[in-house]
Amino acid sequence: MCGIVGLFLKDKSLEPKLGQMLSEMLITMTDRGPDSAGIAIYGQEQKGRSKLTVQSEGGREDYAALQNDLAAALETDLSITTNDTHAVIDVAADKASELRTILSAQHPDIRVMSQGDSIEIYKEVGLPGAVSERFHVSAMSGSHGIGHTRMATESAVTTDGAHPYSTGPDQCLVHNGSLSNHNALRRKLTRNGIKIESQNDTEVGAAYLTWKMSQGNSLGEALESSLKDLDGFFTFVVGTKDGFGVLRDPIACKPAVLAETDQYVAFGSEHRALVNLPGIEDARVWEPEPATVYFWSH
Amino acid sequence: MEPKTPRTLPIQSATFTKEVNAEIRRAAATGIYDIRGGGAKRKLPHFDDLVFLGASVSRYPLEGYRETCNTKVTLGTRFAKNPIELDIPITIAGMSFGALSGQAKEALGRGASAAGTSTTTGDGGMTPEERGHSSKLVYQYLPSRYGMNPDDLRKADAIEVVVGQGAKPGGGGMLLGQKISDRVAQMRTLPKGIDQRSACRHPDWTGPDDLEIKLLELREITNWKVPIYVKVGATRPYYDTALAVKSGADVVVLDGMQGGTAATQDVFIEHVGIPILAAIRPAVRALQDLGVHRDVQLIVSGGIRNGADVAKAMALGADAVAIGTAALIALGDNDPKWEAEYQKLGTTAGAYDDWHEGQDPAGITTQDPTLSARLDPIDAGRRLRNYLKVMTLEAQTIARACGHNDLRNLEPEDLCAVTVEAAAMAQVPLAGTDWYPGKPGTGY
Amino acid sequence: MLTYDLAADGLRGLNAALQAQSPDTNQSQWDVINPKGSHAIAVGLNAPIDVTVHGSTGYYCAGMNQQANIRVKGSVGPGVCENMMSGKVVIEGDASQYAGATGHGCLLVIKGNASSRCGISMKGMDIVVHRNIGHMSAFMAQAGNLVVCGDAGDALGDSLYEARLFVRGSVKSLGADCIEKEMRPEHIAILSDLLEKAESDAKPEEFKRYGSARKLYNFDVDKNTTY
Repeated sequence: MCGIVGLFLKDKSLEPKLGQMLSEMLITMTDRGPDSAGIAIYGQEQKGRSKLTVQSEGGREDYAALQNDLAAALETDLSITTNDTHAVIDVAADKASELRTILSAQHPDIRVMSQGDSIEIYKEVGLPGAVSERFHVSAMSGSHGIGHTRMATESAVTTDGAHPYSTGPDQCLVHNGSLSNHNALRRKLTRNGIKIESQNDTEVGAAYLTWKMSQGNSLGEALESSLKDLDGFFTFVVGTKDGFGVLRDPIACKPAVLAETDQYVAFGSEHRALVNLPGIEDARVWEPEPATVYFWSH
Repeated sequence: MEPKTPRTLPIQSATFTKEVNAEIRRAAATGIYDIRGGGAKRKLPHFDDLVFLGASVSRYPLEGYRETCNTKVTLGTRFAKNPIELDIPITIAGMSFGALSGQAKEALGRGASAAGTSTTTGDGGMTPEERGHSSKLVYQYLPSRYGMNPDDLRKADAIEVVVGQGAKPGGGGMLLGQKISDRVAQMRTLPKGIDQRSACRHPDWTGPDDLEIKLLELREITNWKVPIYVKVGATRPYYDTALAVKSGADVVVLDGMQGGTAATQDVFIEHVGIPILAAIRPAVRALQDLGVHRDVQLIVSGGIRNGADVAKAMALGADAVAIGTAALIALGDNDPKWEAEYQKLGTTAGAYDDWHEGQDPAGITTQDPTLSARLDPIDAGRRLRNYLKVMTLEAQTIARACGHNDLRNLEPEDLCAVTVEAAAMAQVPLAGTDWYPGKPGTGY
Repeated sequence: MLTYDLAADGLRGLNAALQAQSPDTNQSQWDVINPKGSHAIAVGLNAPIDVTVHGSTGYYCAGMNQQANIRVKGSVGPGVCENMMSGKVVIEGDASQYAGATGHGCLLVIKGNASSRCGISMKGMDIVVHRNIGHMSAFMAQAGNLVVCGDAGDALGDSLYEARLFVRGSVKSLGADCIEKEMRPEHIAILSDLLEKAESDAKPEEFKRYGSARKLYNFDVDKNTTY
């Protein structure tokens, strides 16, 4: 059980403050999720470049050496910017998948949190305030982002178990609720070649969407299918390259609040998460209908 | 004249037993599931499969009387201004007025108060008599919210938020028309004589993240005075206990599949939920992992029958137990003296469980005025008090024999198991060995 | 008039102060400012005082209310007025899920929309919603009146007992055992009275009445699939 926040900026002048706004929203959701927290920020992108956010348990000391090794192996220039236990690897877009292969073969201790043109995902065990602080989220800027605070239900409290989960390039998923058929789905997806690290039901939800898209479905179609194939209670928020999407299961017991002004569209599990946003008193505030896919994009 | 060919003896099937076949015939005749009261009746791994290692050359016993063995326990120390102090670690579990007669509820209150312990309301609300006769009353907060109101909430000594119970984890309350008398109907805001349908989820929250907010509301309404228990049926005790703690519970109540109900589908009772023996260690481990064992208390229930069960539950890490079925039997439920009437109902003493029909000869699980007058609340209350006293003395006897001056000092290492299943479930060694299935490092 | 700044002085102080008021108090008018979406605002009140909340609240606003008159100039989160016993609560904005859950008495007015499960398990209170309500509303509603001037979502009145439902707009679908019923003069009178108390201009004649078919009142094997 958890807290979810999301912020999509229409007003570009707010972009430098995205991290600060999102971080504040996240911290108000601490009660709903004291175990771990995570954030996906869609920030700077450079044409022709790809970013991989990676994590290594307890951090690595030798990213400088790693940078040289990888640059040599890929015959391309590559930069690594560290951030606590995470790091962002910036590489030529056409070398990104080769990089992933090398990482997984030669550096299994390095977990890839996200890949894409603009997305960066940071997540760790701990209170949302502590997680936000260690990654300096308040200093981040971007066009949109989603965040999650976790209260673990049926799996362990680990970095692996934290959300957001990457579902593809520039895409990720966070979840509030409890899926009841995640075990059978995990086995089916694993047999179909999808790699799933944890026992977390949300990771199965994310893997399911990835799998559906790999079969040629759009994200919207994958979400529609999930209404049939996933059993249980869920509010899903998905981050996409251009914005974010929301889906609630047909029973719709888990909360979801949306607020829109000329400057932004915001999502929170509780109204509390939205109260400090600029102009919230005059915002249009509403709740998404069950079993309906919503998208906002630039 | 001798028979020419020997014949085999008739063999009854262990799969298609007489009971099973009778049930198939009943289902075929009626088209509706079987409804009954009580808990799981089939044989399950239970406390009988554990034994204590008494004093010996390495461990010394306490004498009775002068060398005291404390039985007091305090519940609700985490957040409440007024935790509950009990003289004995045995409480009376939630049972409703409606399921039970007024006289039965009064008897429970009298007996529990005389023994220095608490009773609990059930799915129907608090009656003035119950509040009057119980020195310590726990008020249940259930999905149905029948009779719930803030005045009664504030009269309670503790609040028990019921997520589920052992007989039917995932199910709601059930009271059939025969027992919805005028008074019951009025308390529950239902038409008289209808079959009460059950809500299985709370109406205004789902999930521990929302439960946390609900507990805040209940505390704000009661001025943070009283302990709040969260009760679950035993299914995933590790996660449920951890989540109850994270949502802010003062006390966790865990009810195994042997725990009774007034009425539900037999298939629910016998096939959903796990034995209490298997639920205690995981629940305690969750408390220990969160660093709150003994700060958040654990009450366990489901087939507690004697002081040995009490001592074993506490040795495994519980702070207290609750009794339901046992309390009713102490009052006089299923007593052989009513055998002639049980026979007329098509049953026999000990097996009578059609409590939903409201025809209990003992006058306990009925609303019928003639039948319920058979129970003298004062006499029955005395019987309950006697029984609670015996359970306490038995538990103390065992604790002293194990060298303990306090029931809460009993520990898993005081126990061993006489079957492999019990060893695995309780995580204590098989007698004479140092092994149990799942013991770390043993490869099993 | 007393003003309480919730953000500055905290929830415990507010509820303790409001709950301490007796029926003959002279501190009968309260303004609560900076609610900031907080939970459990003005819960467990038990005196005929007037409380105005300036802004939007979180869950369980006015929970278990007795006698108080509470007005929220904003929207409320899930469970507003849950288990309310008496008094009157007016929400000027929208209400989230479970509005009026299990309430026993008096009146909840929602000037905006109410979301799903409005009036779930209601036990005698009256709810008037000026706009729309969401799905599974009046689920297992036992007694009282739910009046909806707009539209109702799916599964209205599923497993209903004796509560009365009045809807002016469309009903997306009816729940198990809920059927349309005849509007008689006594219903027009009830509706008229409620609409007036709820400051609504809607006319009783524009509404349809829904209630229990009472077919689930006793277990019947042929109704198997409805359970």
